[in-house]
Amino acid sequence: MTPFRYLAPTSIGAAIDALKASGGTAKLLGGGTDLLMALRARRYAASVVVDTKRIPELSGVNVRADGSFRIGAATPCSVVAADPALSAAWPGVAESANLIGSVQVRNRATLAGNLCNASPAADSVPALIAAGAVAVVAGPGGERRLAVEQVTTGPGTTALAPDEMLVAFELPAPAPRSGSAYLRLTPRTEMDIAIVGCGIALTLAADGTIAAARMALGAVAPTALPVPEAAGVLVGRRLDDAALKALDAVARAACRPITDKRGTSAYRIRGAGVLARRAAILAASRAEAQP
Amino acid sequence: MTMKISTTLNGESVDFLCEPNQTLLEALRDRLGLTGTKEGCGSGDCGACSVIMNGRVVASCLVLAAEAEGAAITTVEGLAKDGVLHPLQQRFLEHAALQCGFCTPGILVAAKALLDANPNPTEAEVRLGLAGNLCRCTGYDKIVRAVFAAAADLRGETVA
Amino acid sequence: MTFLGGQTGQRVVGTRPIRPDGVDKVTGRAIYGADARLPNMLEGRIKRSPHPHARILRIDASRALALEGVKAVVTSDDFVDLPAQEVAAGDGSMDFRSLSLNLMARGKVLYEGHPVAAVAATTGQIAEEALDLIDVEYEALPHVIDIEAAMASGAPVLHDDLFTAGVTPRPEKPSNVAKRIVFAQGDVVAGFAEADVVAEGRYTTEPVHQGYIEPHACVASWNADGQSLIISSSQGAFMVRAYTAKLLGLEIADIRSVPAELGGGFGGKTTVYLEPVALALSRRAGRPVRLVMSREEVFRASGPTSGSVAEVKLGARRDGTIVAAELVFKLQAGAFPGSPVALSGMCALAMYDIPNVLITGYDVVSNRPKVAAYRAPGAPIGSFGTESTMDELARKLGMDPLELREKNGAREGTRTAYGVVHRDIGFLETVRAAKEHPHYRAPLGPNQGRGVAAGFWFNIGGESSAAVNINEDGTASVISPNPDVGGSRASLGMIAAEVLGLPAEKVRTVVGDTASVPYSDMTGGSRVTFSIGTCMVGAAEKVVEQLKQRAAMLWGISPDAVEWKDGAAVPAGPNAGGFEPLPLAEIAAKAGATGGPIGATYSTKVQGAGAGFGVHICDAEVDRETGQVRIVRYTAVQDVGRAIHPSYVEGQIQGGVAQGIGWALNEEYIYGPDGKLQNPGFLDYRVPVASDLPMIEAVMVEVPNPRAPFGLRGVGETPIVPPTPAIANAIRAAIGKRLCSLPMSPPKVVEALDGAGG
Repeated sequence: MTPFRYLAPTSIGAAIDALKASGGTAKLLGGGTDLLMALRARRYAASVVVDTKRIPELSGVNVRADGSFRIGAATPCSVVAADPALSAAWPGVAESANLIGSVQVRNRATLAGNLCNASPAADSVPALIAAGAVAVVAGPGGERRLAVEQVTTGPGTTALAPDEMLVAFELPAPAPRSGSAYLRLTPRTEMDIAIVGCGIALTLAADGTIAAARMALGAVAPTALPVPEAAGVLVGRRLDDAALKALDAVARAACRPITDKRGTSAYRIRGAGVLARRAAILAASRAEAQP
Repeated sequence: MTMKISTTLNGESVDFLCEPNQTLLEALRDRLGLTGTKEGCGSGDCGACSVIMNGRVVASCLVLAAEAEGAAITTVEGLAKDGVLHPLQQRFLEHAALQCGFCTPGILVAAKALLDANPNPTEAEVRLGLAGNLCRCTGYDKIVRAVFAAAADLRGETVA
Repeated sequence: MTFLGGQTGQRVVGTRPIRPDGVDKVTGRAIYGADARLPNMLEGRIKRSPHPHARILRIDASRALALEGVKAVVTSDDFVDLPAQEVAAGDGSMDFRSLSLNLMARGKVLYEGHPVAAVAATTGQIAEEALDLIDVEYEALPHVIDIEAAMASGAPVLHDDLFTAGVTPRPEKPSNVAKRIVFAQGDVVAGFAEADVVAEGRYTTEPVHQGYIEPHACVASWNADGQSLIISSSQGAFMVRAYTAKLLGLEIADIRSVPAELGGGFGGKTTVYLEPVALALSRRAGRPVRLVMSREEVFRASGPTSGSVAEVKLGARRDGTIVAAELVFKLQAGAFPGSPVALSGMCALAMYDIPNVLITGYDVVSNRPKVAAYRAPGAPIGSFGTESTMDELARKLGMDPLELREKNGAREGTRTAYGVVHRDIGFLETVRAAKEHPHYRAPLGPNQGRGVAAGFWFNIGGESSAAVNINEDGTASVISPNPDVGGSRASLGMIAAEVLGLPAEKVRTVVGDTASVPYSDMTGGSRVTFSIGTCMVGAAEKVVEQLKQRAAMLWGISPDAVEWKDGAAVPAGPNAGGFEPLPLAEIAAKAGATGGPIGATYSTKVQGAGAGFGVHICDAEVDRETGQVRIVRYTAVQDVGRAIHPSYVEGQIQGGVAQGIGWALNEEYIYGPDGKLQNPGFLDYRVPVASDLPMIEAVMVEVPNPRAPFGLRGVGETPIVPPTPAIANAIRAAIGKRLCSLPMSPPKVVEALDGAGG
């Protein structure tokens, strides 16, 4: 790694000041599992590395009185995955956090890093999009909120200014009779990058039909891909074979994948359909289990 | 810009100097002489550099040494106490759960973290818990068995 | 040597003591190559080619040498420009010129990652900065990666002086085909004419890496008087010494090579990449130099084993008698000749008694890293094609696949296509043990299939040594000259303990350096427990003779009247005298008074290795929608001759199976059209993780090898031979489609499921 300064501010303001002072040459350090690799591989250099983990507001998973959640940006994935309230409310988000890397990686890696590293294959991003999560971004002028799907703009690029930082995710309280799921395809059982990933959240009406649906796919487009057509084919219907077949078709139709060392375009498209069906079935079963 | 870092390393207060761009792995091996922690990949994919940091197992190649300020760190050198092997170490020997031994320090450390959190794991939990630690020699069979045996020891279920 | 022993009656052999080096390895104290440090040591780095094929026009290190902290730069000018010279090495042979050119490019770079220069500096960071300051001017040349493209006329030629060997007349033009080999017996045309049923197929495999977790590492120190020290992780300290001396033009006695602990090799550390470079740097800098590869360097520039194309045709009579086999193998050698194609051909059918066989092989260079040995080099490539085709043949015959193998199985006196006649082999016993194993009849779940496959590996002997020294308290210190890759210190100490009549824990084994024990060939070919064990028996027997002489002296009788029993001297019979047994410890305590220290070395060229056969049973479950394959049950049956330390024999079998599963399902070198490796890391080069594998049952059949101590056979390599076809056959059974291309990764399985073929 080329030389840099290390700073560990204890407030968001101090961190923003450091970003600002660096004139765009600083890098934020969350879990470091992507950043340190990139610095070592000299994919980019940094004059200063700003460690976010000593800022109290950036740590922890908090459920608020209205049932909504705030996840601090520097919270490691293993803490997110193990949080009982979040796992009950948004199991898809929890299980996506539990699939990133190994135990060693999850004990360091953060959802904020997973998002801001802006890999098309980031596991947590489709799950967060399906959950309707919002990213809270702090900058010199205060805070702004962005839907998670608006944060990344392409592979490796985000909508954040150089002096802005993601400080938290906000997730709404799930509607009654809701369930979510995240599934991915990898050649190995662990330690892999998703060839395709699918996050989905469903809400059931009293009659057992689907009242609301949000779905997003990973690794099939330059950024995680919301698939609004999923709601179109699911809402108002039961999750029967015909609905699943339609869901499979809209998932495949939405894909714009590349062929690379991790998977062919055709395989990714096929997998998107399979995972959409399987994730929908899992999410629906979770919704049915709700009181 | 050399930094001074204060840690609790294997139960003892240890200060060391490091550069901001040095990893915890480099500090352990090159500054502190603790070469039991190995580098197999430098990218967090093999687990040979696993250490326990504030109760959680991490890949020390993906941690900056500077981040260890104030942290409690356990390396493989800290598993045995007063010359007595940790049950994991003893069971790895008895079960022949190591061949070349290069991944062994990382696997022992990861297994300790696993059993600290889950004293009675299933086979699937052991395998998933150790999925971040590559072993190319054993096929993992004897490692899984040794972890089970050590878990029973730690639960006090084994008659010596 | 007299004490080869039988299969029973031993007190130590067959037990499972804790290995002598175990505690060092579980406490982090064991010193591997990268852990070694010498005073005033420099850090080295290697500058590598970004091109897959290019002419080197100019190397200018002046800017690097001007950087503060840089102490030396070396290029090919620092190495002897050697003529081509082939010598025996491990399982095969090697050529010093190729070795030298691979270690440091001269004139041309032949693959991405090919070293062009090296630097030593006071810190690793300075050395890294210096790499960027070494200016290399290249003229890029067209490259070729794929094997059949490399064989095609008009392909870019890597070596102007490479003319295909083994064809007459000698070709007029150089090509990338280094060698053609043929093994033949009988008449295949007549054989196939006799056949009622023919099964055939074309099979491909990708290069796979040994994947040892420890990157190559060494420390080298050159002294002003020309003597030097090398501490390195390799499969042979004597190999390191010999190769380094040759490449740098040094005398062997001037190099002391100390084996550090070895963090896995699997054949990949039977050569040198770093040691001569580190010593050349040290010679220029006058200070010790450490060189450690990054994981990326390991993938780009060491190992792997060959990718291949195989064409297999088997013919049988309706009763299942195989009457003819015709095989063609094309193996990638990487940038220099030397693929294990001959071994693929030899091993592919060595399990069977087939009268008419024709095997042709081609050794082909291309712009990839030079291949290195990998566990049973070539044999898994041979078995993938033949054992997959055997499965198809069994289906066509309507015959149980193990019965087909039993019916045609090699036995005493079977003559192989490469001319060797099998003696004292246990293949049929191994097949029968597999047939009788409960796994073979166990019910299968949905989407599951069961496959079986057999495999063969020669095992080798070779030049070997061992030393046994009796300590004054009656314990023994024994020295193995061979790096311990998987518990050989334990098995070798046990062999010595058995002969001496001592408990295992009274005998401690160390691995010696090149100055402490006579020469020995490398750790490879599954030879160490057999070959060094043979020498250990020889040395221990010499020691027993000395112990008997000392007892005779103490008793005042003839040495002929003394016998050695259970670790003590006893009178040979009533006529010898009424002496109480004199234990080893008492003789040792009086050694000073009876002639001095007691110890012996034993060196010989060991022959008579017992061949290893394995038969594996695999259950695979296929996700028909995603193509993901899960191995749900695996049983590996192997003739091990005699398991000296059964735990480490099981460990070899389990580890070989795991590597075979990785080879079968997900491991591969992936190249882009630019000729560059795209997956040089453990994230995208997917070796199996713990959650990918089931428990692996190792079943040890013990058919003794009468030419080995206690009947043992080498065990380390055979277990990687059957897995790839066993898994392919299991997938075939699960989905009704045959996969002929490794790795059988999810996209390929999906393709097979979607395809019309069968």
